[in-house]
Parts: sequence; C-alpha cells; structure tokens
Amino acid sequence: MAAVPLAGRGRGAGRGRRDNLRALIWLSPWIIGFAVFFLYPLLATVYFSFQRYDMFTLEPVGLLNYRYFLEDPAAWRSIKNTLWLVVVMVPLRVLFGLGVAQLITRLKAGVGLFRTIFYLPSLVPVVAGTLGFVYLLNPGTGPVQAILSAVGIGSPDWFGDPAWSKWGLTMLALWSVGDLMVIFMAALLDVPKQLYEAAAIDGAGAWQRFYRITLPVIRPVLMFAAVTGVIQALQYFTQAMIAARVASGSTDSAGSVFTPGYPDQSTLTFPEWLYHQGFRDFAMGYACVMALVLFVVSMMFTLVLLRQFRGFAEEEA
Amino acid sequence: MRRPLVIPAAAAAGLALLTACTAGTESSGPPKVGASATDQTPVTIEFWHGFSADSELKAFEDTLAGFNQKFPWITVKATKAIQDDQIIQSVRGGNPPDVALSFTTDSVAEFCKAGIFQDLNPYLTASKIDGPALFPKVIDEYTQYDGKRCVLPMLADAYGLYYNKKLMQGNEPPKTLSELADLAKKLTVKNAKGDLEVAGFMPISQMYENSPIHTGVMVGAKWTNPDGTSAIGSDPQWKKLMTWQKDLTDWFGYDKIEKFRKSFGDEWSADNPFHKGKVAMAIDGEWRVAMLADSAPDLDYGTAPFPVADDQPERYGAGFITGTVIGIPKGAKHAEAAWELVKYLTTDTDALVTLSNAIRNVPSTLPALQSPNLKKDEHFQTFLDVFANPNSTTLPAHLNSVFNQQALQEAQIKWESGRADDLDALLADVDKRINDKLKLTAGG
Repeated sequence: MAAVPLAGRGRGAGRGRRDNLRALIWLSPWIIGFAVFFLYPLLATVYFSFQRYDMFTLEPVGLLNYRYFLEDPAAWRSIKNTLWLVVVMVPLRVLFGLGVAQLITRLKAGVGLFRTIFYLPSLVPVVAGTLGFVYLLNPGTGPVQAILSAVGIGSPDWFGDPAWSKWGLTMLALWSVGDLMVIFMAALLDVPKQLYEAAAIDGAGAWQRFYRITLPVIRPVLMFAAVTGVIQALQYFTQAMIAARVASGSTDSAGSVFTPGYPDQSTLTFPEWLYHQGFRDFAMGYACVMALVLFVVSMMFTLVLLRQFRGFAEEEA
Repeated sequence: MRRPLVIPAAAAAGLALLTACTAGTESSGPPKVGASATDQTPVTIEFWHGFSADSELKAFEDTLAGFNQKFPWITVKATKAIQDDQIIQSVRGGNPPDVALSFTTDSVAEFCKAGIFQDLNPYLTASKIDGPALFPKVIDEYTQYDGKRCVLPMLADAYGLYYNKKLMQGNEPPKTLSELADLAKKLTVKNAKGDLEVAGFMPISQMYENSPIHTGVMVGAKWTNPDGTSAIGSDPQWKKLMTWQKDLTDWFGYDKIEKFRKSFGDEWSADNPFHKGKVAMAIDGEWRVAMLADSAPDLDYGTAPFPVADDQPERYGAGFITGTVIGIPKGAKHAEAAWELVKYLTTDTDALVTLSNAIRNVPSTLPALQSPNLKKDEHFQTFLDVFANPNSTTLPAHLNSVFNQQALQEAQIKWESGRADDLDALLADVDKRINDKLKLTAGG
C-alpha cells in the first residue's frame, strides 16, 4: 500500500522535471540572449565600476570612481545639459510635431506636398543634417547670417555662444520633426469625426474641441512621443558631438585639441562625456559608473512608460 | 521554484566570462634581436600608419622600397590612415599589426603604462644602439614613460612663426610678445563695417595651431610638476600669456575675431588663411613649407622662431617640438622582423633624409640632421634651428595628456571670450581638474 503513492510521486516528479527541462529548452534562446547581451554586460559594468581599468590592466579602487563622479564638474554639467534637452527640446519637438500635423490634416489642398516637405528632413542622415545646420548658421560664411545682415538684423553665433548653442540643437531637432509628425497625423485622422460634429452642434469652440476631444483621444500617442523623446534625449550624442566639433574648428590631428561640449561644455551631453571617458581617456571604470547612472535613469523613464501604457489599457478595458 | 536558479547560474557564467574577457597582461619573452638578419625565411609583416595624403604616401612607399632592398625577405604590408584608437582596439582584440605608427605623442604614456606597445629598450641594447647619442635630448621626453621606451621617433615637428612679406609692409618679424601685439594691430585691415579683412595675427587659442601646448613655449610655461600634478595655476607664465592674448583679443573684439575665424577654410587645405593672405603672421609647424610650395607657390613669405615674453629675450629661438612615433604593439606576430623595420625607419640616415626631403618634416636623429643630402632652404632652416635650440620644449609624456590640454584650452576659451573674469580662479580650477583626474587614472 505504501509503495503506490511513492511510485506515483516518483512518476509525477519525473514528469515534472521533464516538463521543466522542456520549458528550459524552449526558453533557452531567450535565456542565452538575456545572459550574453544583458546580464553579462550589466555585471561586467558593475564589476568594472569598482576598478581602475584602462582596457588592459585592472586595479581595484573601491569607490574611487563613484567619488570622482560626485565631484566631476563636467559630469554634472553634462547632466544639466541633458536635463535641459529633456525639459525644453522634447516638449518643443512634441508640440511642433503636433502643430504641423494639425495644420497638414486641415489643409484642403497640397497635403501631399507639405507632408513631403516636413517629412523629408527626418530622412537626412544625422551627421549630414548637423553639418548642414552648422554651415547654414555659421556667423562668418553662413547664408542665414548673410540674409539677416542684408536686412540689417544681427544673428547670434548659434553654435559658438554657450547661451545659444542648445537652442541651435533644438532648431535642428525641430527641423527633423517628420517622424513625429507622421505618427501624430495618423492619430489625428483616427479621431472619430462625429465627435467633432456633435461638439460643434453643442457650441464647442476650436480650443474646447481640441482640449475635450482631440487631446484625450490622442493621449496614448502623445505619451509615447514624450517618453520615447525623453529616452532619445537621454542618449543624445551625435548631433551634439558633430556640431561642437565643426563649430570649434578643431581638426582631429596631432596638436589640435578638441574640447567636447564646445563652447564652454554647453553642448556636452551625458552619453558624450561617458564615451569620452571610456574611449578617449580610457578611464573605463569611471565610464562604467556613468553607464550605471544612465541605466538607472533610463529604467525609471521606461517604468513610467510601462505604467502609463498599463493605465491606458485599463481605461480602454 | 527553480526559476530563481536561472539568475545565479547566469551570473556565475557572466563572472566567468568577465574574467575570461579581461585583457591579458602577460608579457612575451625577451626579443631575439638579430634573428631575422641571419634567418632569412620570407616573412610578411603588417604595418599600420596614419599617412593618407598622396604626396606622403608616395614618399613613404619610396622609403619602404629602400627597406625592401635591404631586407628582401621581409615583405611589408602597409595600411594607411590608421588612428590611435584602431591600434589600441587591435591589441585588445589580440590581432595587432607588427608595426604601428602614431602621429601624436599624446598617447605615449598610455601606450607604455598599459603595455600596448612593447618596451624597445631591450631591442636597442641588443642592437647596440645608443639612444641618447642618436636622438636629440628633447625626443627622450616624448618617447618614454616611467623608464619604458615603448616607441621611437620617426621624424619630428618643430613650430615657429610664418609671416607674409607683402602684408608685413617691410617690418621685421617680431621677437617679443609686445612687438607681436603692436605689429598685429598695425597690420590689421578692417572694412567700413568694422569687420576684419586682414588680421595681423590671430591671438585666440582656438585658431588652428594656437593651442596652449604651442603658445606656452613663448613664455616658457610649465605644464606639470615632477609628480605629474598640475603646475598651471602656480606658474605665473600662463597668467602672463593669457593676459597678453586677452588684451589683444579685446582690441579686435571677440565677436569680430570669431566671425573672421569662422570664415576660414580648412587648415590643411589650400583655403588656409595664411595661403590666402588673410593673416599676416601665423603660428605653424614646419610641414607648412611643403604645403605652401604645393598650393601657394607664389606666396612671398618668411619663417622665424616664436616671439618670446619681453622679459625672456634669451629664450628667442626656442619653439615647440613633437613628432611621429613608431613601435611594436604587444602581441606582434613577427616581432624580430618588425624591429628591423622600426630600426630602419627611425635610425637609418638615408631613410630619414629621403622622407624629410619629400614631406618636409624634421629628421629625428642627429646624423640625419647633419646629412649633406638633407635639402635645406631659408624657410626650412628656421625649423632645423628651432629643433636644435636647447630652450625648445615638448609636452612630456603624461597619462592624461589630452585631458590636461582640454582642461586648459576650455579655460582659455572662457577667458578670451570674456565669459570668465577671474583668471586666478579659472587656473586654480584647471589645477583641480587635472589633479583629480590624475588620482582617478594613476592614483597619484
């Protein structure tokens, strides 16, 4: 009598182990990918953050890299600049993209032409676009300066004056707003027309129609644009690097020193300083500390995104 | 219940990988120098260099042809336009070239400390080459770090003052900073709107070769103390130089001079403003002689040493010296044959003279400097004299060489633009940044 349940338990346990093994095999591509491309780099980053590591030699230094981060004025300057981009550039880009989409969806004629005009810049490679912008706004030879001078208006040194350099990058971001514009146009065209008709009959004005109908309906898209915009701003690198290098006139040659974030570190972003520390100064341990900070901040924004989407899903349900 | 086990297992695997993926620090044994001279088994060596201009490549190929005549069993496979970071990545990846050349001496300390390049002292000893007797003393400072000589010099650069004779209106080149400032003002031409048409001299640090490593020599300023910490804030010469630059910049107006600077073409092209007659005097390296001969052959110009601080007339004739360096990366597959190439390119008088005559760089050995085959003219002679001057200096190898230069140049830009008004505080901040960085990278 006692053997039956034991044998039964054995068969059950065996089947359970086989099931678990089968599940593990099916999951293994994900597990391997997760371990190689996420877990190992993350563990390595944490490990190196406690080391003096020049990519060749390792030396444990305890919390030295963390202490240096807290006292590194360039790191804090880069954090301020990156936050500026998050607070100013991202909202302006979302508002501008929404505004352009609104205008184009209301056009009676020439929709295709204007949609193409506004969308094309977003297809221009980032480096080429940035080079073009710095050239256009060059205070010495740029056509914008020449036109403004001809009509008696002065123009700031957009990428050479720290008070204007981030605004120069913002203008570049607004110029290439086509990707957002297309998403917003799709969202705006999805708003049911009968809602507007009903609101108009009830006497709602343009602002009320936008605030009470358009905005609630496109809110998920707006949230998507805002949060992805913030994550892009946290990773902002190429445009800042190219604009600073070209505006400074520095060449990548012996004896020519490039000061990242030119002018006065006003365009120095967090990822740019991270790259500079890791791959130009070979302070890889310190760069790992910065990478961990960026990881934590990006995770926080990602969690906000997920929470908001869950909220929208629940509302719709 | 078993799910949590996945994370620790993966973590363990990750840590194992982590250990495995950390670059090794093992050293290869002592060099078998001379083996390739007796063992003439055909061998092909990889050589990475930074030359890319057609004229430079042609001169370099001619020099390598000379090597091939001397060592016919060694074939050199050269790869052009290589930067330092590519060399470092190749060593880290375990697939380095046999010989690598760098255009800048900024990375020498890192190359030596991290063992990216092999210490060449054993090779020099085995080949019975007496470095101090062969190379000028100043070269010692930028080819070794902490007792390791991990690169050798292959040609050198010397800096001086170029002046446009027509724009100088009969004036002699200045010998002091006061003379330079006076002449710069006198020779400057502005249009009716006050915009610059010709600048006597561009004083700002952002002008092509006006970086502090070059201009600091004019006042004999010191970069670091013997322990590697910053001497910038405590050396009054930096303050003297920056005050002089600011006074002259203010005379022009910072906005005006920046607008003018930003209208210039590329430094390395025929659009260089000195070629175009837009600046009367400019700081530059000896290579400009060849570039002017190529793209502005009709320009009537002269060369002179840097002007010096008014209270240091005895230092007139000094300039900044740096150069191209070459070495054998760690993990080179044919180190013995590689050493033959390095030795040829850095110690063979004919090879150095051939290259110098073609690309107009200063030869980096004493015998090559004295060679009767070295082409000399009045322009180039100035730089040979600067190179030989005992007061000429270089930037000694430092682990954070690039960072230190950036920190000072950022301060200079703030100062000359008028965005900072306390020079002492600015330089004290440069000291702090440099010293903090030294603690981070070297534990100093």
